[in-house]
Amino acid sequence: MTRFDTAFAQGPALVCFITAGDGDTAANLDALVEGGADVIELGMPFTDPMADGPAIQEANLRALGKGTKTADVLQIAADFRARHPQVPLVLMGYANPMVHRGAEWFAAEAAKAGVDGVICVDLAPEEDADLGPMLREEGVSMIRLATPTTDAKRLPAVLDHAGGFLYYVSVAGITGKQQAALDSIEEAVSRLKQSTDLPVAVGFGVRTPEQAEAIARVADGVVVGSALVEIVGKHGEKAAEPLKELTSALAKAVHNARKVAA
Amino acid sequence: MTDQSALPNSIPNSLRSQPDERGHFGQFGGRYVAETLMPLILDLEKEYRAAKDDPEFKREFEALLKHYVGRPSPMYFAERLTEHLRADLPEGKGPKIYFKREELNHTGAHKINNCIGQILLAKRMGKTRIIAETGAGQHGVATATVAARFGLPCVIFMGAKDVERQKPNVFRMKLLGAEVRPVTAGAETLKDAMNEALRDWVANVHDTFYIIGTAAGPHPYPELVRDFQSVIGKESREQIMEAEGRLPDLLVASVGGGSNAIGLFHPFLDDADVAMIGTEAAGLGMDTKKHAASLAGGSPGVLHGNKTYLLQDEDGQITEAHSISAGLDYPGIGPEHSWLHESGRVQYVPITDQEALEAFQLCCKAEGIIPALESAHALAVLPKIAGDYDSDKIVIVNVSGRGDKDIFTVAVALGAEI
Repeated sequence: MTRFDTAFAQGPALVCFITAGDGDTAANLDALVEGGADVIELGMPFTDPMADGPAIQEANLRALGKGTKTADVLQIAADFRARHPQVPLVLMGYANPMVHRGAEWFAAEAAKAGVDGVICVDLAPEEDADLGPMLREEGVSMIRLATPTTDAKRLPAVLDHAGGFLYYVSVAGITGKQQAALDSIEEAVSRLKQSTDLPVAVGFGVRTPEQAEAIARVADGVVVGSALVEIVGKHGEKAAEPLKELTSALAKAVHNARKVAA
Repeated sequence: MTDQSALPNSIPNSLRSQPDERGHFGQFGGRYVAETLMPLILDLEKEYRAAKDDPEFKREFEALLKHYVGRPSPMYFAERLTEHLRADLPEGKGPKIYFKREELNHTGAHKINNCIGQILLAKRMGKTRIIAETGAGQHGVATATVAARFGLPCVIFMGAKDVERQKPNVFRMKLLGAEVRPVTAGAETLKDAMNEALRDWVANVHDTFYIIGTAAGPHPYPELVRDFQSVIGKESREQIMEAEGRLPDLLVASVGGGSNAIGLFHPFLDDADVAMIGTEAAGLGMDTKKHAASLAGGSPGVLHGNKTYLLQDEDGQITEAHSISAGLDYPGIGPEHSWLHESGRVQYVPITDQEALEAFQLCCKAEGIIPALESAHALAVLPKIAGDYDSDKIVIVNVSGRGDKDIFTVAVALGAEI
């Protein structure tokens, strides 16, 4: 059993995203876990986050402004793994910082830090050769994104070599904006699940426990990012408490859906 | 000599057969985009292939280039500049300089060639909204122009700093009915405008066509922009054959993203006797960090949908470019140029702000032509190489745009008040 298997085995999982180097990242990660997050996505800051909305763009700039380096991100990951041996950890970011020193180097460092999976936003499956084989060689999953524009013809390409879980981006757009209609999410998830055994986690635009619970009834996981990142933006170095508060509410809602579903 | 431009791009060992079916120019190019955009990009590629084989598409493109853009643009013997360059050289040295006068196109630059092609593709794909990024504003103006011509709403993303330093073009775009959205992220220049255009596109894939202004971005953009701009090189071949009865010895063009350069170079790539120089913006100098020369001062990486040479730090974070020319102020370059650089087929030379300013003034006074600062970067290489060429040699410089838009910038640089 991988950490992903364990995390998704008990019913819908809460996946929480924050940006590495933004605020007191170690304390914030602990707060997410204490609040009940089942999977952690740690954002690797990039100067040009072109798939992200204003909240995560600003988090990237704050982190880089503080001098956050790739080495720091890997250290944050390694320290997290030491404190939380069981919680799946995903690095999420853009291709250039991941491949710049060589994909072999990055994959080896990620594995050494105890990272379970990588989401590379702008690495289309068509360019998998740049990073995918190196990650798999090190036993790190390449987590793929499916979107409302991913049609049946294209889905096999997305699922080829996909690992960990499938991240369903519920709206065609950037992070942190509007949420998709629940009907369309349910339909999309059931369509995806006909083609894969991977758990399907749904993200983009999920901000409240109510939204999270509704999605958790139809999906295997719910991803929350911008709402958490905004808290870090607002509270700076003292974001752990309010982060834990929102995470607890989200986790309760998501986990509550397990019982309802059962 | 056979006219190789008439041969198909698929001849073996041809330098003109790139990219491969996955959009790669050697190790460069490719499709590095968010999944939301992938289906659209695959569609665009399919549609472009179909358009290429459609005589009606070709007819419409050529008719618009002729009657709306004003093509062919002239091939002009720059006699006084030629003499000026020879004045300091030994007898028998100093080539004949010709200008390919893209600055005489409608909207004042080569950018319109590509915009005509792309808006015809947009129409073909049933898209009803146009977006574009712009740096100097030349591509923004060209896009706003074709959007007006085809009656489509148009949003132009432009770095807030560029909005400030290119006010006349901002007003032009507004007159043409476009909405200009200043982008305040990052350094507020072309790179940030492109990020914002990509964000808009991802959110509006269903009805929006993104007219990328240079031969960069995800496949098939580098290829299709090059093909639409290749009219420059195809005309140049015919015109120089008519004027001189032979092919040129050297082609010169400035390179930001590189669309005017690849448009001139591409039809000549298989002519081994034709040398080529692309000039990159060296800003305040290659010994400073204030430049925009991604080949001379960068390394390969992934940005804005393609793998290519980029200005970046040791972590792969993109660093800010600098050039006096807003159109060259970008930390990347089209992937085909990266490939031509590594293969050695084209030589790339950095030109500083100061060298470009001198060439700008020389061109004004010697030829009565105010070139764009981008084109002044091409002209600036002439004094460096003129002595290497005998006086019977022929050089074609792509005067890619006119400099009316730049007079305010130049005035500031020269300490003049307008």
